[in-house]
Amino acid sequence: MLAGSGSKHATGNISVRNIFLFIRRFFNLILFFVLQGVAIYILATYNKTHEAVLGAVANEVTGNISQQYNNVEYYFQLKKTNEALAKENAQLRNQLKSSFDNPDTALVVKTDSLLKDTLGLVRKYNFLYAKVVNNSFTEENNYITLHRGALQGVTTNMAVIGPEGIVGKVIMVSDNYSRVMSLLNRKSKVSAMLKKGFYSGDLEWDGGNPAFLTLSKISKSAQPKKGDTVLTSNISEKLSFPPGLVVGTVEAIIPDTESSFLTLKIRSATNFFSLQYVYLTGNLLGKEQQDLEDKTPKD
Amino acid sequence: MSSLLKNIIRFICFILVQAFILDKVPPLHQYVKPIFYFLFILWLPFTINRSWQMIIAFAFGLSMDYFSGTPGLHAIPCVLIAYLRPFLLNILLPRETTEVSYAEPSIKSLGLVPYAVYILILTFIHHSCLVFIEWLEFGDFLYFVAKVAACTGISLLLIFVTELLFPRKAKYRTNA
Repeated sequence: MLAGSGSKHATGNISVRNIFLFIRRFFNLILFFVLQGVAIYILATYNKTHEAVLGAVANEVTGNISQQYNNVEYYFQLKKTNEALAKENAQLRNQLKSSFDNPDTALVVKTDSLLKDTLGLVRKYNFLYAKVVNNSFTEENNYITLHRGALQGVTTNMAVIGPEGIVGKVIMVSDNYSRVMSLLNRKSKVSAMLKKGFYSGDLEWDGGNPAFLTLSKISKSAQPKKGDTVLTSNISEKLSFPPGLVVGTVEAIIPDTESSFLTLKIRSATNFFSLQYVYLTGNLLGKEQQDLEDKTPKD
Repeated sequence: MSSLLKNIIRFICFILVQAFILDKVPPLHQYVKPIFYFLFILWLPFTINRSWQMIIAFAFGLSMDYFSGTPGLHAIPCVLIAYLRPFLLNILLPRETTEVSYAEPSIKSLGLVPYAVYILILTFIHHSCLVFIEWLEFGDFLYFVAKVAACTGISLLLIFVTELLFPRKAKYRTNA
């Protein structure tokens, strides 16, 4: 070490050089931590910034490739798709007004005029159809890609419904594709109720078998039985699911001795293995409800 | 075929195979999920700079992520094994002979047993890391270990089959 007036300058130089030496010596380790940090950052912010530019661009590219793949795969499932569509057609025909014809007797009850009030009906739900171009069910967190995007009227938070039951909700939208968080996702949470008694609880997935979902926080007084139907509830409207859609049936009841709630194992009505077409729907009045709820004074 | 071109083709093939074949297979069991894509990183040439290995692994993991819809999830274990790979290779390689004469890790260049150890250790680390991040907790520890072990088993089987189907010619790197 130098003595006297020059020493301060010299130590400064040495410490700067030491820093460079340090960086050079541990460059790989530092790069490792930087890359891991970036990856963790991406993973952590993914939930908050679905609309990130990178996300949308990547969605468009991977969506395109998925569609090419689906074009091939689709061909092999034509028969099954056809069957599902025919079945659904039949179901819809059953709901046509012309299918309900009252016998011509003196006791006819005219219900037509009762359907409208003086202001006319207000449309609350609008349905769009979309083709599934990518679908996963083997991960812990599963997502679905639909070939319909912002240009075709899809917005985030729309509910996704399959021919047999509910499927999930839209979390990301690009111009022509949208990404759906499937019910088979550890982050997915939908309110659902038992058809018998209207007891509602939270519908989740435990990451296990894709054919089963979990319905928790059901009051013990509900006394559910195996085979009971589970529907979407009025509370799920906030997530834009129209109430009364089929979710599944009760498969098993798991008693919880410590609390007054039950956990139910639900057999999902939707067959996630063979999804080809889904319907998108958004609650057109949802924003008004949300605005009103946001105005609730907090104190 | 140049090493760069070969690796670019591998990059694309591994991602497509994982995203469109293995991820589409209906699960045999909730423990068992075929994961295979990371073999790309294990097969990278010896000569690449360590920093570049990690950057390539990061890009590779992130591309995989965009196909599975979970940005960052695969990138973390990929960078981890890319970081650990040189240490392991240093231990397993008889330095003078192999690193100079062969291009990339294979049965021929490392010998059967060291190569198997190399694959086994990195596969296990990759799966532990992946499953751990996926859950963000150990949860039921037995379940965690069983899932990692089952995934490792099926991955090893897939890698073994790949080695049989695509015998790589272990080329001598000539100094000329």
